[in-house]
Amino acid sequence: MSDVVEKTLTALPGLFDSQTGAAKITNRLRQLIKSITELTSKHEEENLIKQELSAMKEQVSSPNTTMKQMREIMVRAMYCEMLGYDASFTYIHAIKLAQQGGLLEKRVGYLAVSLFLNEGHELLLLLVNTVLKDLQSTNLIEACMALTVVAQVFPKDMIPAVLPLVEDKLSHPKEIIRRKAVLALYKFYLIAPNQVQHIHAKFRKALCDKDPGVMTSSLHIYLQLIRESPDSYKDMTGSFVTILKQVVGGKLPLDFNYHSVPAPWLQIQLLRILSLLGKEDQSTSELMYEVLDESLRRAEMNHNITYAILYECVKAVYTIHPKAELLEKAARCIGNFVLSPKINLKYLGLKALTYVVQHDAKLALQHQMTIIECLDHSDFTIKRETLELLFRITNAQNVTVIVEKMLDFLRICNDEHTIIHLVGKVAELAEKFAPDNSWFIQTMNDVFSIGGDLLQQDVPNNFLRLLAEGSESKEEDDQLRLYAVDSYLTVLKGHTSHLPQCFLQVMSWVLGEYAHLQESVDQREVIRLLTQLLDQRSVSSETRVWILSALTKISEGQTDLILDLAESLSSSQDTVLRQQAQELRHLSQDSQLHEWALPRGAPWDGIEVDSSLSFLDGFVSEALAAGAAPYKPPHQRQEELCEDRALNLEPYGFSLPVSLSSCSITDRQSPTLLSVSSGLSGNSTELSQKAGSSTLILEGVKRVWGKDGYLPQKEATAPPVDEPSAAVQPPSQQEAAERIEPRPDPSTQNQDKQQLASSLFVGLGVGSSMSLLGKSEAPPLRFRKKPRPHESSSSSSGTSERSSDSSSRSSRNTTDSFLYSSLLEEEPAASISAFDHTPKSTTANGLAQNKDTKEDRRANTSQILGGDMVIVRPSTIQDKHPPSVSSDLTALLPADLKDLPHSDVISLTSDPSLSLSSCRLFRDEALLLVIFISNCTETVIKDVAVQLTCEELKTVSLRGSVGSVHSLSLGHCPQQTSSVRPLVVTTEEYGKLWLSLSHDVKQNLKLLTDAGDPLRTTLNALKDALQLHVVDIIGSEGIVACRLLSGAPCLLHCRVNGTALAMWLRSPHPALPDCILYHCQRALAHH
Amino acid sequence: MQFMLLFSRQGKLRLQKWYVPLSDKEKKKITRELVQTVLARKPKMCSFLEWRDLKIVYKRYASLYFCCAIEDQDNELITLEIIHRYVELLDKYFGSVCELDIIFNFEKAYFILDEFLLGGEAQETSKKNVLKAIEQADLLQEVRRLCFLKAFRGQKHFAEQYS
Repeated sequence: MSDVVEKTLTALPGLFDSQTGAAKITNRLRQLIKSITELTSKHEEENLIKQELSAMKEQVSSPNTTMKQMREIMVRAMYCEMLGYDASFTYIHAIKLAQQGGLLEKRVGYLAVSLFLNEGHELLLLLVNTVLKDLQSTNLIEACMALTVVAQVFPKDMIPAVLPLVEDKLSHPKEIIRRKAVLALYKFYLIAPNQVQHIHAKFRKALCDKDPGVMTSSLHIYLQLIRESPDSYKDMTGSFVTILKQVVGGKLPLDFNYHSVPAPWLQIQLLRILSLLGKEDQSTSELMYEVLDESLRRAEMNHNITYAILYECVKAVYTIHPKAELLEKAARCIGNFVLSPKINLKYLGLKALTYVVQHDAKLALQHQMTIIECLDHSDFTIKRETLELLFRITNAQNVTVIVEKMLDFLRICNDEHTIIHLVGKVAELAEKFAPDNSWFIQTMNDVFSIGGDLLQQDVPNNFLRLLAEGSESKEEDDQLRLYAVDSYLTVLKGHTSHLPQCFLQVMSWVLGEYAHLQESVDQREVIRLLTQLLDQRSVSSETRVWILSALTKISEGQTDLILDLAESLSSSQDTVLRQQAQELRHLSQDSQLHEWALPRGAPWDGIEVDSSLSFLDGFVSEALAAGAAPYKPPHQRQEELCEDRALNLEPYGFSLPVSLSSCSITDRQSPTLLSVSSGLSGNSTELSQKAGSSTLILEGVKRVWGKDGYLPQKEATAPPVDEPSAAVQPPSQQEAAERIEPRPDPSTQNQDKQQLASSLFVGLGVGSSMSLLGKSEAPPLRFRKKPRPHESSSSSSGTSERSSDSSSRSSRNTTDSFLYSSLLEEEPAASISAFDHTPKSTTANGLAQNKDTKEDRRANTSQILGGDMVIVRPSTIQDKHPPSVSSDLTALLPADLKDLPHSDVISLTSDPSLSLSSCRLFRDEALLLVIFISNCTETVIKDVAVQLTCEELKTVSLRGSVGSVHSLSLGHCPQQTSSVRPLVVTTEEYGKLWLSLSHDVKQNLKLLTDAGDPLRTTLNALKDALQLHVVDIIGSEGIVACRLLSGAPCLLHCRVNGTALAMWLRSPHPALPDCILYHCQRALAHH
Repeated sequence: MQFMLLFSRQGKLRLQKWYVPLSDKEKKKITRELVQTVLARKPKMCSFLEWRDLKIVYKRYASLYFCCAIEDQDNELITLEIIHRYVELLDKYFGSVCELDIIFNFEKAYFILDEFLLGGEAQETSKKNVLKAIEQADLLQEVRRLCFLKAFRGQKHFAEQYS
């Protein structure tokens, strides 16, 4: 019976709310909301709200309004404010409500206060007493409300008044009060750290609180404290580690689980704290390895929340003192993020990569294909994050491509913040890695025209400093300057009205300084172009000053033009311009003075700055003697102004800037005040203009350009992507064998992406890198050219003894062009080979051989490798073999390849003089294609020129000497299965990987039932045929793993289903499961 | 967290909570800009976006967008889960919450938010504890209502129950 009553009672408030008189409270609001939704225009809404507000105004000022009504009004006022209307007349009543109302009114009153009033609002002072009273209240709810409002808005200078009370609450018996008190103190710490310094010991107590909620809250404070001074809290590392261990181990009450993950917020907070503590501190880091490992291991479930923890874990692992094992695991985690089909995870993966590439640039290589996809992603956020990542991996080799991508993005971007941010980065990269002058100037032109006047002032400053300062070599500097001058003259000849002021300023400065370097251009032309700018309306007066300064510098000898100009400007409205025009006139008439004031080409460091203006002493004393008033510094004048209130002297203050700017006429530097420190490049330069100073102040300025940007230009002149150049073989090196490092995963990626990848990721670390599965593999050869065959190596193969009979023989030039098609493409890969036989006159270098030239083609589908790189490998020359029997040929394999599993040698094609056969070698990370070229005749072939071209890879070719063409077609292509490699994983790893893979295919296959255990037999047959790795066989199920060279893995799950084998394949690669399935079917059918 | 905004698909603001002091003008400007930006995004796009120097994390639940601004070093995914937990709390409190609940009882939604987040930081992550705190505060309201109820309508209601 009592149960029923209770149920009824709890059900009642709900009923009540919508039906009875008390609901009147909300009724007015309901009405308001309803009538607003019925309105059609914004104008009507405005009118309605206006009415409502004036009704409310009347009500609040009426003495008869009850607290209850006031509460209702307050709710409506909050609603109006949310709609964007001003209800500030209710603010004071909100405070009153909090002060005088009963609990319900108080609650609404406090809420209204926290919504209406900002920290620092003067009305908040009126709240202090109420808060004090409520903090002391024995009513739990009142105390809670007071603490809540304190933790949200509280005037800074009133903190001392409530601090003791809040402090007391730290030992309150109720956890909710303790928790709120901790957060209030956190807030106090944020706004006034000094005032809570004395209670640090109490924070420690809160950290040890038996309630997890209180403990979690205290971590906010600790995170802040540790962020500020990690060293003072190293001793607490142990405690944090213990807490995290307990949380991860599931020791907290189940209430704190979120989607069955124990207290994720707490975990993340702790991980952040740990990473701060362990940063650059090996001994502290060692304490946390175990728990980090545990966290990485535990976070297995496929839910956002575990990924949030994993992300924080990965960051921690890469922040603290590194431990190889953990790094490996973390790298694997990043792989899961990046390869995830969920876009949010992908974004976080990119963010994590951006963070970790600072420590290990190679990680980016593993995901280059994903990165390139993200670069073209339709989502702006993803694109931008990708550019951020690329920015971090930029080096001298890929800078052109990356900068181009960034500029492309900028051209379509219209968000100011993004533009400012990114343009600064482009400028930084350009300065650091510019391959040559023209590229640098062109890029900076783009930067100035895209960034325009949004640019941080330090971008143009740095650029001008670079030009001015130069490097060690004057010649190179002048070349750069000359290029800039040329480029700007071209720009100025076009439409100039749309150019940003900042760009115009840069151009005029450069032209002023360096136009004389360009002798082929008439100075009058330069003057004309600059003068033209002055006539434009869009040009700001600041820019005009820059232009005039430039004109002053190049005016020498062009008195007539200058006088005209000075004449026209002398009536200008702008006093600064007028003054400059005057000075211009003077200087152009007195060439000696001009020479003295603006020495051309004077070294920067030779210019002395006399900041005390001592050269004016004589003038000053004369003026004083003549009765002039002594100079007073501006602040003194200001003070006097304040004292003397009777007269308003404001306008006279203007004379100061005028006199300052007037100095700029003799100034070799920008006429504006430039003193913005560079946040991006990290070298802050202060180009401050002092009155009368006539130079840049260059002391202590780092010369970025000279050291690592501009100077290495000599090395950088080699094209950043140098496979084409590598491809050209001088005729004397025809015997060179070629090893090609081809395209990653050709089945889906298109050519452009490959090329992009190779150009984006060049120059990143070479050594071993971790694969998706964290196994370290043989270092993928990347952009590494093996030395071309040397004379010594070829002659070592005993060529000299044959030189005698070689001289009269004609040699053959063989050009072999070979269309290389993708390994895994389903359509038959047609391969064509052409043999060019060319009689060629013998050279006298004594090279005559019966040659077997080997060509290694390394087909590599790894995503790590750039698509089109050529690796030239010295050929091993075997003489005295006229082999025509294929089986012998394998004996000729170089020693380092002999032990690899290989296919049979297949004769590809032959003609009367040469025969061509090939053999596939299976290396872990690559498929090597060895091509044997054998001489079928008795005669000695002196030269064989081999040209390998690959139509699909465009850039891959190895050319020998040219001759007439004789072609043979080549009918074979590498089998598709050649690039499958066993993937050795444990069952656990398999399980994890399985969950992370997205593309799956299911199919029933034939089960081989001829011997013993059908499943085992079938799997073994597949293993033999396809080089799979059988991970485990449990009962009627078997798991098998393989991968595509060192690239995408493919997992196979096989189950005996009656007489069939149910196979379920998963891979990150969309086409791979189908392909593997097809070959499994074939292998079983042939069995 | 710097602020949290709830707005409808039509761009109407339903809830706003600012954890950093800003002038009304700035608040309005930010709200207008953000509502526009977020509504313009397609459903398949990722829930994060860089905006000024902040990160915006947003998620759409039925017709309502929940949108938080966090600093760059903050964890986007956990913020997404904060939003989700808040929705869970609303859902539990209102019983399968819909936009109308929040429109008509927005002050309650604020109370819940204040119990969950305080000063921009997660205050209490246990769902049970948050709801308990809210219920305790609500209880007073209910006790009063019950007295009221008993006096006027309760009798009849009970009569209906047991007749």
